[in-house]
Amino acid sequence: MEFVYALAIGVLTGSGVWLLLRPRTFQVIMGLTLLSYAVNLFIFGMGRLAVGRVPIIDALRQADPARYDDPVPQALVLTAIVIGFATTALFLVVLLASRGLTGTDHVEGEELEP
Amino acid sequence: MTDWLPHLPVLPVVIPLVAGAAMLLLAEARRAERTVMALAATLANLVVAVMLVRMAGGALPGLWPDGVAAYRLGGWQPPFGIVMVADALSAALLLLNAVLALAALAYALARWKRMGPHFQSLFQFIVMGINGAFLAGDLFNLFVFVEVLLASSYGLALHGSGVLRIKAGLHYIVVNLAGSFVFLIGVSLIYGTSGTLNMADLALRVPRLQDGDRVLFEAGAAILGVAFLLKAGAWPLNFWLPSTYGAAAPPVAALFSIMTKVGVYALLRVGSLLGAAPLPDGGAPAPFSEPWLFGIGLATLLLGTAGMLATRQPQRLVAYCVITSAGTLLAAFGLGGAPMKSAALFYLASSVLATGAFFMLSEMVGRTRPAGAEVEEEEPLDAEAPLDPSMPDEDVGIVIPAAMAFLGMGFVACALLVTGLPPLSGFVAKFLLLSATLDIVPSAAPIETWPPAIGVLWAAVLGSSLVSVIALCKMGVRLFWNSGEIVTPRLYALEAMPVAGLLLLSVALAAGVGPAMDYLDRAGRDLSAPQIYIEAVLGKDVPTDLTDIAGGGR
Repeated sequence: MEFVYALAIGVLTGSGVWLLLRPRTFQVIMGLTLLSYAVNLFIFGMGRLAVGRVPIIDALRQADPARYDDPVPQALVLTAIVIGFATTALFLVVLLASRGLTGTDHVEGEELEP
Repeated sequence: MTDWLPHLPVLPVVIPLVAGAAMLLLAEARRAERTVMALAATLANLVVAVMLVRMAGGALPGLWPDGVAAYRLGGWQPPFGIVMVADALSAALLLLNAVLALAALAYALARWKRMGPHFQSLFQFIVMGINGAFLAGDLFNLFVFVEVLLASSYGLALHGSGVLRIKAGLHYIVVNLAGSFVFLIGVSLIYGTSGTLNMADLALRVPRLQDGDRVLFEAGAAILGVAFLLKAGAWPLNFWLPSTYGAAAPPVAALFSIMTKVGVYALLRVGSLLGAAPLPDGGAPAPFSEPWLFGIGLATLLLGTAGMLATRQPQRLVAYCVITSAGTLLAAFGLGGAPMKSAALFYLASSVLATGAFFMLSEMVGRTRPAGAEVEEEEPLDAEAPLDPSMPDEDVGIVIPAAMAFLGMGFVACALLVTGLPPLSGFVAKFLLLSATLDIVPSAAPIETWPPAIGVLWAAVLGSSLVSVIALCKMGVRLFWNSGEIVTPRLYALEAMPVAGLLLLSVALAAGVGPAMDYLDRAGRDLSAPQIYIEAVLGKDVPTDLTDIAGGGR
């Protein structure tokens, strides 16, 4: 499971970085989105991967820490998702404004001659 | 009276948050109410900051005898709950932010607030983010507050719209979003290896890490350091800074000049706590350790100075001054030692006041150009275009006489401050900085045995000052002694007063250097000996003798 998980993070990060370095604003925002997925999975993975464990204490499992997952990374992921989502949405607005004002979707705001 | 005093450390976050959120509820047309609220909140923020500085000086021994206020949100016991910590360093930076915010707000009231909706709310939120970042006691809250200040800074950087701002803003947002992801990776690696986010707890746990975890932890700290360096505007991560700061509305840019100092603060704070536990190979993890900071600082200083010489647009010049000041600070912190740190903190205060005033002044100076004739090749900052036509261009205050004389004097004062020439506080700051380097070596040591870093810092700081003098003279000649047409601009007292106030404050800083340094010496000492901070956060019963833990943990 760890291997597949790590591979998924790697693929997402690799594609994200590649897209981030592309010249079109749409590619940049897709790159940022993929990167944010990778980062969120990474934070989640830092709480160690486990199957069938819950992060919230219930009466069924008593107070045995071995039966629970670490709740902190899950809380962090939740915050990171919200913040990342909000800032990416803001970036989308700026992207549209830039497209409207400059008439091009190049990140420099002007078409560079090939 | 004393009921709310225990809540003092959290007020710098709560006041702007409540004020900013409440302003969102008011209709856009109710400008008078918003203005009153914004002024009241900014003034209250200033009062709280002054009280926190007095607290850090030991004025409230009943509550916080050590001068370090740790506020536990919800009463949860650290390291599990969230803590806000105000010590001498945090309080000084809070005060600086509050002063700058008041000046920028007053300046913005004259003209700039008409340029778009929600300026006042965003302004309060950025103040909240900066305050929170200075107070945060754990890494994740540091991240959250940095995001709050960044999110509002995105809005403010674009304030007034225009092609140039949108283009600069686009790059700014991409770089800082990527930086935030790097920040998150660093924080989660540190949590994954050490099991804590609380900075004080982290300082105690790091020496106990197993060897395998240790490597991962170092990697996490290095990644985190990269994110901090990006926020601090350090080379080579600062190419977004000149265009963003150069294009932002002047009062916003003035507030941005303390934003880079959040990165410097984070590097200092985390570096001080991680450095508390000496590693087997000595020093804090990579980007926090002193040789790294020194090298990066020097490179930043060089780039900033070169940029000052090359640029032809006043506001961009000031943006390069911000880079130069970040470089000087990082290089100075890289030399190490408590006296050096307090001298560098004095330089920080002086340079923030100077660049803040300079940003606002440069916009007023820009008005001396006849309409349409912008400073040579640079693209015009179409500042007038997006003004809301429904708002009449009424006079907001008294039009001050002798505008050109004021602008000239202000420019000279700013130039003296930035370059570090007497008699203003810039000179005192650079003098203290260079004299602190001499404290590192024993007085009897012959000059050949001094560490080369001292000579390099002297050469870099003095050389950069010389080049800055040339760059600013060039700019001053082009702005004021231009043979072309110069329009005597209309300045409002409301605009001139904040600039004059900030400049007078720097005069006061130069005159009151004794008490200021007494205070900052304390901040520098606390940074070099973080046990006081750790004890204040975790309580006295925690073993803070780090060497014992390092020995016993293995």
